[in-house]
Amino acid sequence: MRTLISDFIAGFPPAPTALIGLAAMDDGAALPVGDQFLIVTTDSHVVQPIFFPGGDIGRLSISGTVNDLAMMGATEPLGLTCALVIEEGFPREQLERIQRSIQETCREAGATVVTGDTKVMGRGEVDGVILNTTGVGLTRRVIPDSGLRPGDRIILTGTIGDHGLAIMARRHNLSMDADLRSDVAPINRLVAEAIAAANGSLVAMKDPTRGGLSSALHEMADKSGVGIVLDEASVPVNASVRAAAELLGLDPMHIANEGKAVMGVRPEAAALMLAALRAHPLGARAAIVGTCIAEHRGQVILDTGLGKRLLAEPEGELLPRIC
Amino acid sequence: MNPATIDAAVAQLKFRDPATAKALVGRLHEIVASLPRKISVMHVCGSHEQAIAKFGLRSVLPRDLNVIMGPGCPVCITDMPEVDEAVVLAQQGARICTYGDMIRVPGTTRSLAQAQAEGANVEVVYSVSQCLDIARAHPDEEVVFFATGFETTAVATAAVALDANVPRNLTILSAHKYVPPAMEIVARTPETRIEGFLAAGHAAIITGWGIFEAFAAEHRVPVVVAGFEPLDILAGLVKLVELARDGRFEVANMYPRCVTREGNLRAQEQMWQVFELRGGHWRGIAFVPDGNLVLREAFAHLDARRRFTIDLASFYDGVPRSLTGQCICGPIMTGLAAPTDCRLFGRECLPESPVGACMVSSEGTCKIWHQYGGYPELGDVREHRVGD
Repeated sequence: MRTLISDFIAGFPPAPTALIGLAAMDDGAALPVGDQFLIVTTDSHVVQPIFFPGGDIGRLSISGTVNDLAMMGATEPLGLTCALVIEEGFPREQLERIQRSIQETCREAGATVVTGDTKVMGRGEVDGVILNTTGVGLTRRVIPDSGLRPGDRIILTGTIGDHGLAIMARRHNLSMDADLRSDVAPINRLVAEAIAAANGSLVAMKDPTRGGLSSALHEMADKSGVGIVLDEASVPVNASVRAAAELLGLDPMHIANEGKAVMGVRPEAAALMLAALRAHPLGARAAIVGTCIAEHRGQVILDTGLGKRLLAEPEGELLPRIC
Repeated sequence: MNPATIDAAVAQLKFRDPATAKALVGRLHEIVASLPRKISVMHVCGSHEQAIAKFGLRSVLPRDLNVIMGPGCPVCITDMPEVDEAVVLAQQGARICTYGDMIRVPGTTRSLAQAQAEGANVEVVYSVSQCLDIARAHPDEEVVFFATGFETTAVATAAVALDANVPRNLTILSAHKYVPPAMEIVARTPETRIEGFLAAGHAAIITGWGIFEAFAAEHRVPVVVAGFEPLDILAGLVKLVELARDGRFEVANMYPRCVTREGNLRAQEQMWQVFELRGGHWRGIAFVPDGNLVLREAFAHLDARRRFTIDLASFYDGVPRSLTGQCICGPIMTGLAAPTDCRLFGRECLPESPVGACMVSSEGTCKIWHQYGGYPELGDVREHRVGD
């Protein structure tokens, strides 16, 4: 997927003024405006099912864009756009439900939808509904995903695997009584607390969405030119997620999250930042999970407590293992 | 999944206790250090390799202990002509049902997945019993269960064959294999120099551990039956090198919570009622005498090979062969070569475009190496416990 994306964007000329543009393949772009940077990010959302335990496509589309802005350092969105592509015959009451969810999530994030667009396509030309959101926000200091250096600590803001497993359980009709709920949430206010507490020492940030924690760490290690040693035992995973993943032969490290961040912080500021995260309800289970090293650049080494191995980058769609 | 299942899964975590693991690893180092030479042992189960790789156990094993992965992945050893038979049947219009990984295994010209993309009906099933429902849902079609796997899945196929209400339109294309004869082959291959076998716990649940007694005595090699949690594997390895050191060529059961000496007698009875042994090729390995499980005469009416004419000769006529001929699955599965010795590995042969079967299955040697980085040298990585 990363190759597909980089091949596609190679076709665009670089933007001369952008501090961070397409080529960086970060969460968004950073454009200089006076002594600040305008962060711009966009995301199209398709999800099956449209409504799932813990959220829906509306909550997902607002959280995704607000979080992408926050990952670059812009924790107060100036405004969002929202474009809808709807399949003819899509139930009106579902649309209203999505609309309510969008408003509620915007309230949580302190964000406003300022403009939008709606298109209707013929039956069968689109599967239900597609939502696109674009967000803009200002920041004085851009936080890239490439700022790690040896010795830095990796902090995860909470449990992993919740969103992907909740979706998968619903999609594959796996009958589970376990409480699998998506973690989808706007975390810009949580991130703001971390930035304030770290006081310049928060040097890299990424949200572990598609590809999970593994993909996020690989990208950060690769772009920063460091190795990352991940301590498996300190990675928070809900018991129900751990059990369900175990039974399905899946690794929570590869499963998508929609309300978490991976942060790289200078070692001296790690404790303070961790305390600030834990003081916020969305960061109650935050933990220091890893350390950056100079060797094994671009690699993520998993210390399982029983031994060490390289953490693999996920490939393709995750499917329950058969045998 | 009910809460009881979750409790069971969480309880399983006690077989992952790092402190116990450390003690076992220490013991393993002691024994191996006391030996006059390097020692090679082999496990014959993909699930063992999966667990070894997943938990990073290779990074803590003694350098002088070589744990070789043998012919233990049922997907990998399914022979190419067997895949071709399923492809031909699919192209002839039959609805093929099979286990997930099988659909991506390359045949001589194409995989079942490719046949499906060309319009054939191919369905992934989680259990053979689903084939009954599928056959009933499509009464006007011929439904063929492409049956793969070892004893563990063969007993399930047998149970369905014995069901009095099998729909008339369901047949079985058996590619089932029987593990013990393959261990014979490896034990007789002198260049492998295997000094001990770690036998698969799940297959032994069916066959019982007693089945390995004659083997251990004849080949003068210890056999240890082990489970699949990290502590199961480490305890199994400790026992295995102990037996090898002491020249005790016997069978030890290190999976007593599941495996008995006689095994599951009812399952064995059903399996032998339905299947008999016949020699056959295992992909990349060799002709394995008594290695295949074929349907007995009494079940001819369920045998896809007898109901249909599967014309492989004309199928092979003039078709371009794939890269598969260059794949060195055989030496890899007998422990004579590593995936990195194959010129296709990581280049033409990748998880998303596998050339050999070993790159397809989650239990395949090459897939596991590709996913977990083979045997990376991580000895230089010091402890980085968080909070230090």
